[in-house]
Amino acid sequence: MSDTPESQSAGRGSGGRKVEVLDDVIIRFAGDSGDGMQLTGTQFTNTSALQGNDLATFPDYPAEIRAPAGTLAGVSGFQVHFSSRDILTPGDSPTVLVAMNPAALKTNLGALRPGAMIIANTDKFKKRDLEKAEYASNPLEDGSLEGFQVVPVPISSLTRRAVEPFGLTPKQADRCKNFFALGMTYWLFHRDLEPTEKWVRGKFKEPFSSANLAALQAGWNYADTLEIFHSSYEVPPAKLPPGTYRNITGNHALALGFATAGKLAGRTLYLGAYPITPASDVLHHLARLKALDVITFQAEDEIAAMASTVGASYGGALAVTATSGPGLALKSEALGLALISELPLVVVDVQRGGPSTGLPTKTEQSDGVAVKFMTPVILLSDGYLANGAEPWRLPDLDALEPIEAHVPTDPEGFRPYDRDPETLARPWAVPGMAGFEHRIGGLEKEDGTGNVSYDPDNHERMTRLRAEKVQRVQRVIPPVEVHGDDDGPLLVTWGGTFGAVRAAVDKARRSGLRAAHVHLRWLNPFPANLGEVLRERTARGTPVVVAELNTGQLAAILRARYEVPLQTMNKIAGQPFRVSEVLARIQTLASTEEATR
Amino acid sequence: MIQQAHALTKKDFMSDQTVRWCPGCGDYAILSQVQTVMAESGIPKEQFAVVSGIGCSSRFPYYLSTYGYHTIHGRAPAVATGLKIANPDLNVWVITGDGDALSIGGNHLIHVLRRNVDMQILLFNNRIYGLTKGQYSPTSEAGKLTKSSPMGSIEHPFIPCATALGADATFVARTVDIFVKEQREVLRAAVAHKGAAFVEILQNCVIFNDGAWKDLTERKLRDEHVIFVEHGQPMIFGPKNGPKKGLRLDQCTTLEVVELSENPTLAEMVAKQILVHDETNAVLANMLARMQPPFPVAMGVLYRVEKSTYEREAHAQVARAKERPGAADLQAVLHGRETWTVE
Repeated sequence: MSDTPESQSAGRGSGGRKVEVLDDVIIRFAGDSGDGMQLTGTQFTNTSALQGNDLATFPDYPAEIRAPAGTLAGVSGFQVHFSSRDILTPGDSPTVLVAMNPAALKTNLGALRPGAMIIANTDKFKKRDLEKAEYASNPLEDGSLEGFQVVPVPISSLTRRAVEPFGLTPKQADRCKNFFALGMTYWLFHRDLEPTEKWVRGKFKEPFSSANLAALQAGWNYADTLEIFHSSYEVPPAKLPPGTYRNITGNHALALGFATAGKLAGRTLYLGAYPITPASDVLHHLARLKALDVITFQAEDEIAAMASTVGASYGGALAVTATSGPGLALKSEALGLALISELPLVVVDVQRGGPSTGLPTKTEQSDGVAVKFMTPVILLSDGYLANGAEPWRLPDLDALEPIEAHVPTDPEGFRPYDRDPETLARPWAVPGMAGFEHRIGGLEKEDGTGNVSYDPDNHERMTRLRAEKVQRVQRVIPPVEVHGDDDGPLLVTWGGTFGAVRAAVDKARRSGLRAAHVHLRWLNPFPANLGEVLRERTARGTPVVVAELNTGQLAAILRARYEVPLQTMNKIAGQPFRVSEVLARIQTLASTEEATR
Repeated sequence: MIQQAHALTKKDFMSDQTVRWCPGCGDYAILSQVQTVMAESGIPKEQFAVVSGIGCSSRFPYYLSTYGYHTIHGRAPAVATGLKIANPDLNVWVITGDGDALSIGGNHLIHVLRRNVDMQILLFNNRIYGLTKGQYSPTSEAGKLTKSSPMGSIEHPFIPCATALGADATFVARTVDIFVKEQREVLRAAVAHKGAAFVEILQNCVIFNDGAWKDLTERKLRDEHVIFVEHGQPMIFGPKNGPKKGLRLDQCTTLEVVELSENPTLAEMVAKQILVHDETNAVLANMLARMQPPFPVAMGVLYRVEKSTYEREAHAQVARAKERPGAADLQAVLHGRETWTVE
């Protein structure tokens, strides 16, 4: 069951069967897009969070809103990695798969680890179902699943029987089957039924509320009564830092971070956005936070979303836009306008690649930098981070610093491009402020006055000033911290590769190898000590590997900037790094180093 | 609306920048009228924010002493929308041209009109790309010879007021750069309108399209080719001294021009079924907007209705959301429904 040797037998549990204690489990719920797998996964996640496990999730659903039922294209999955220790990724390969139909089995089988448990809904493994999933014979019966622990359960018919008293149509009754499956997994992993029961009561009207509860309990009872499982498993709470926690997705955290930033700045939080996957949830969440002085504007296109954000910033709001790759391309012209106008705003790019963990709990920092330096800031997130959930330790609001803007008070001698000597930020004088009327625009401005200027020397001075201003952000961002050992390979990452690489480095170190990890949270400017860290290691001949899910863009920039010899580790498959492949690279480097020593 | 304590004059709205349009450009006349209307409005100077895109017209904000933002091509309505939402008390103007508003910025124009964001949108229509030195524009007439259409434009032009009506604008007006008095009336009405006020200003480009509107502006032709419409007034036109003409509907619900005497009486106009302008009638406004020679071209407020404005509704929702108990409590929102504590 577990990938770690910590698993152990721990006596007898419910039903008189063995209880094993596991360190961590990866469970994947998979079914047709209409089977409610996202809901099932979310419930399992919330319950696990409440039981104190650390966790990371990976929802995985088809691009088609409703692909033909039962087909491979229509499979929707939700993976939950829960653990008694600190975990960093949704997990490489599941230890348990709940397959509601043959298509769900087929699309997920390759990802399972050897010996994994497969709970299959046998009612949906009939001839037609097998055909839709392009199976020539029934995999539950033809021996092809040898090496896996197959648990066949007629989930659909058992559910129908359990909900019989509630007078549902056959179709309605069938829709309760995800709760039956959830009930089984709750028994299997000692999850408390109560949080889900509470949620069901609040969510569904009668008779659906009672029917779903009956299905949930029936699933639990079925697992408890029949000896379909040899053991049940306990995953004790993780040792997380003390504090109050909630479960949250990346996009939701972004929205809360921005709303908080609005409060810290004492300004309206404005979001101008055009719907785009996977960034739309930022819009959805903020649209529900109006009571916190949040205004969302759903623009006619990405260009208008960006341009309106520039306008809102010009008007004095704390302005944000959120998008993904194609949208960012469309925003670039108006982003240029924000740059030359030196207006503060944040552009969130929820990249469609991924994956990642490590929540953006410090979103308000990007607003702070934008306002302090009067500059647009691009905040990178990604699809895994956006949709994946993790426990989040709630911040102490009183400990957060207010976001203070450089607002001029004396109209006498006011000039829109006079700069703060420390940050080089220009003053934020907004329309409505008497005595500060001025004109700005996309044309080059004369230093100080902001009047249109075509003077070549002035243009060079202004260009250098704008660049220097961004460079000075270095003064407020933290230095990079090297995680791990002073020697052994150093892996350098940015963005969504954090979890897999950090997990691999930790695993390598637990196995006795020496390794280290630097994760960059600021890409322009880089942290002030980055050059020193890289040069010191490469001068000693210690390998430095830049790991990224592209052809090596960060490595190219680091080489150009710091003139250091770097190795690269790249993957361009639209898939995340697996912990195992990063670990393999560390092992190779370690053995090479050993050999050359 | 915030009112100015001391009366301002047109001069108070001139900036210290040298105006750099070509000598004889129609923009000078418009600038002068805008400054006049701003001064007499009683609105304090700092409450005005003038946003423009790219093109000759878009230099406009630099020549006003108010807040001004010269943005990027076609996007001024979007920038202005964000600005107005951020501060609904501002008096926002968008200055744009036929290329800026109807070509590259067409999408933003129709949506700002549809949403009815409270602002004045002045579209200077000279039927040519001036700043890029003379290509045909979306309002250039079919067959127009320009640098990019040496054999004549093969495109069908937009009629900007009809486009605005098609986008469900709540205020649509037309005027001419040199019709000083009438232009001022239209601008006053635009400022008074709560919502997006669309004003097409026919404007001459002395360099690349000189005489763009000479059929309407030349003294001899003006009386026959222009009709000034006013809400509640019969729609008649013609020389001051001489027989008049009027508009009426023919059998097929299209407009026709009918001859009248020099000083037509009410009885004569009723007898000849002369139409009375109703600025709340969208069908009529559309017919007026589309009148081209041999019909007279309609000037004045073609259409005006009251509708809710976007920025007011947005802020009203914020106020309504705050009425929900606990909704405005950041700490409670951060906590959400379920939390757990690790000791």
